[in-house]
Amino acid sequence: MSAHVVPTPGETVVARPTPNYLTNGYGLKSWLFTIDHKRIAILYLISITTMFFLGGFFALLIRLELLTPPGDLMEAEMYNRMFTMHGIIMIFFFLIPSIPAVLGNFLVPMMIGARDLAFPRINLLSWYVYVVGGIFTLTAVIFGGVDTGWTFYTPFSTTYSNSNVALTAVGVFITGFSSILTGLNFIVTIHKMRAPGMTWFRLPLFIWAHYATSLIMVLGTPVLAISIVLVAADRLFQIGVFNPAMGGDPLLFQHLFWFYSHPAVYIMILPAMGVMSELVTCFSRKRIFGYTFVAFSSLAIAVYGFLVWGHHMFTSGQSIYAGLLFSVLSFLVAIPSAIKVFNWSATMYKGSISYDTPMLYAFGFIGLFTIGGLTGLFLAATSVDVHVHDTYFVVAHFHYIMVGGAIMGYLGGLHYWWPKMMGRLYPEAWGRFAMLLIFAGFNLTFFPQFVLGYLGMPRRYHAYPDEFQVLNVMSTAGASILGVGYLIPMIYFVWSLRQGEVSGPNPWGATGLEWTTPSPPPTENFDVTPVVTEEAYSYSKEEPEIVGGDKSTRASFQ
Amino acid sequence: MFDNFPLFPPEASTLAGEVDLLFFFLIAVSMFFIVLIFLMVAVFAIRYRRRSSDEIPTPNLGSLRLELVWTVVPLLIAMVIFGWSANLYFKMARVPDNAMDIYVVGKQWMWKFQHPEGNREINELHVPTGRPIRLTMTSEDTIHSMYVPAFRMKQDVLPGRYTTTWFQATKPGTYHLFCAEYCGTQHSGMVGSVVVMEPREYEAWLAGDTSGGSMASGGEKLFNQLGCVTCHLPDGSGRCPTLVGVFGKPVQLITGEQVVADEAYIRESILRPNAKLVSAYQPIMPTYQGQVSEEGILQLIAYVKSLAPAAETGQTQGTTPGGAAAPGNTGTAPGTTRALPSNRSNQ
Repeated sequence: MSAHVVPTPGETVVARPTPNYLTNGYGLKSWLFTIDHKRIAILYLISITTMFFLGGFFALLIRLELLTPPGDLMEAEMYNRMFTMHGIIMIFFFLIPSIPAVLGNFLVPMMIGARDLAFPRINLLSWYVYVVGGIFTLTAVIFGGVDTGWTFYTPFSTTYSNSNVALTAVGVFITGFSSILTGLNFIVTIHKMRAPGMTWFRLPLFIWAHYATSLIMVLGTPVLAISIVLVAADRLFQIGVFNPAMGGDPLLFQHLFWFYSHPAVYIMILPAMGVMSELVTCFSRKRIFGYTFVAFSSLAIAVYGFLVWGHHMFTSGQSIYAGLLFSVLSFLVAIPSAIKVFNWSATMYKGSISYDTPMLYAFGFIGLFTIGGLTGLFLAATSVDVHVHDTYFVVAHFHYIMVGGAIMGYLGGLHYWWPKMMGRLYPEAWGRFAMLLIFAGFNLTFFPQFVLGYLGMPRRYHAYPDEFQVLNVMSTAGASILGVGYLIPMIYFVWSLRQGEVSGPNPWGATGLEWTTPSPPPTENFDVTPVVTEEAYSYSKEEPEIVGGDKSTRASFQ
Repeated sequence: MFDNFPLFPPEASTLAGEVDLLFFFLIAVSMFFIVLIFLMVAVFAIRYRRRSSDEIPTPNLGSLRLELVWTVVPLLIAMVIFGWSANLYFKMARVPDNAMDIYVVGKQWMWKFQHPEGNREINELHVPTGRPIRLTMTSEDTIHSMYVPAFRMKQDVLPGRYTTTWFQATKPGTYHLFCAEYCGTQHSGMVGSVVVMEPREYEAWLAGDTSGGSMASGGEKLFNQLGCVTCHLPDGSGRCPTLVGVFGKPVQLITGEQVVADEAYIRESILRPNAKLVSAYQPIMPTYQGQVSEEGILQLIAYVKSLAPAAETGQTQGTTPGGAAAPGNTGTAPGTTRALPSNRSNQ
């Protein structure tokens, strides 16, 4: 366990190169018992990539079934299990941990100039908790899967489903603790472990986004845990909380579930927004436009996100007055997202913009997230939602946010920090090609689903009327392209580990503390604790301008 | 496969056009922002592309004026959409006074419909044009959702309670009926059609079914079979309160509270008689949970609705009784539904 011996500053100046975090110990044990945040990030990277391809495999089967109107590829029972497992794995085991657990784990300490997270052992524990939760859920898959949809709606899940609901619920319950632990660790680290001079308003916006995400993780996930425990208890011991025949209320579950699961959407998208702020500034070589607005919009999203859950229930039979309140709050939560998009675009104004792969992902993110966000307005509008609720319109909308937004952000971030994590560059041409393929495949897959949804095709349908076929064929064709698009980075990333060009500490000419240390970084991140003397994204030493402002407004931007 | 390739659903209800209008407005707003942002990104990306590797642009920190513009303008647009949408949402929720009733029971995996006249259908619903139709719905098992895309109408159907929605069909034709809330294995098989007919054809269709009496008469049979009749005497002299003229009126409870005797109250009183006891009566009624189906309960409700005091039947047509708080009661609705069975019995 020599990995954890922190050398004194004096030792690091010797000529012999110090081992980096990857070469500091080779055995399996050195990985499984590591408390280095960077190694834990790699453990997460491997686990969530496995889960991503498993979830993607289920998606492939779904799209193949939907190629033709009748249910001919598999039985309805099988199809229901496929979309349920696709949802559960992609949301709980891929999207929620993706950026925080991989990029966040790796970068939060480095960006603030710390040697590790505040609680390295809890960090390792969170990965083990994730793995145990995953094992429970995968066991449920092996023993026949679960068919409730990822939403576990009662009383179907508690009374009528004949599948492994309890086992899956236990898996999801356990995994929730992994995200609570990660969130807790980030909050304490960001509060207590910033390097000298790293004030709150000098933090990279990636950190603000992770701080906001962590708040949701810590405050929201326990509610999911409670709801899931109640479902399992109702199912196993017939306590009847959600069973109307015993005086229970099935709608109560929907309130509890969405109280977590709507904020969970922001757990997925906020970190991607954090990545976006890093990419747009680096590849425009500019300070972010409106730092404080971008930073506080993250917090605003985290807070408002807790107040909008009822917009999933406009047709559920909840009071129409409650519906109106949730509707107006849902419109309000759109505003901070709009602020971010405008600020990223404005950051590019008079910048020096390069088209490296991560920036292409940033362009893709802005486009797809804008469409995803705007179609959110259709769903926040009560009376339009009545028509499109539970149709493919909703499916298209949340894939634009979660795949178009969160996964574009994740892949953009992975390409951006890959040289830092591995010390090697991926082949740039392949990177750009894969991004364009993903962008094209994504739009072909999900855009037709907006049309399908307005036509009235309900989601979670194993068979559908003939007139919906052309659009479904387009969607399946797009999904095939998308699948290939995702495989290409997987291949060249692995290839780059040995064959890639050595990147050096800062291949992009980026600012930020993580780029001041070698690639891959040494175990202790920094030889000497850095001292921060300037704002984030100080690409130029020139005096900054304020568009349309004068000296008096300057203070509010610094 | 290309000869049947619609891109937009038919509009077949009075509200469909209004929903579509708002939808088109939302598309216009979206297109405006998508084009604006696309142009910003594209123009900046091309115009300010990196021309030399050591180029460092002049930084700028932001602009309070611009921040205000792109906060306030989207906020105002969002509030316009909210107001417009909320207004329409109220229209969807408020059942017109002269609505005709149809009762719906969802179960895994079929839709069962009862017309007050007694006609029963499975997975197919016949309705006339030009008349608002209220659906009173419940489920026998899990949550379902009644969805007719051509009407832009959707309402979840829950076990253990009644939900209502309404529509007024405008164009004769056959339209998809879907279950929109995932309900288990054959969820995608829980589909059917709504057949919209001209009123005259609808009357003919109603008359064509000779299988039995009206819902109310079915309810009366059950009322006798289950023994309700032994305690709920019409003149109020029995051990339980009379049910004549009760529907839609306030009821004084033993707790001092008042409730309106609507569908939900009658259903609860059949299944959990002690939940809301009527003042001055003993808790002697047993539960009928498990002894009567959801459809049977709806028939019992229809029967209770039909029990108007003899003196009142002639007057209720077109007048509004005092208890205006009852949901959808509003006087004429029970009046009309009562009128229909008697038409049937005359035929």
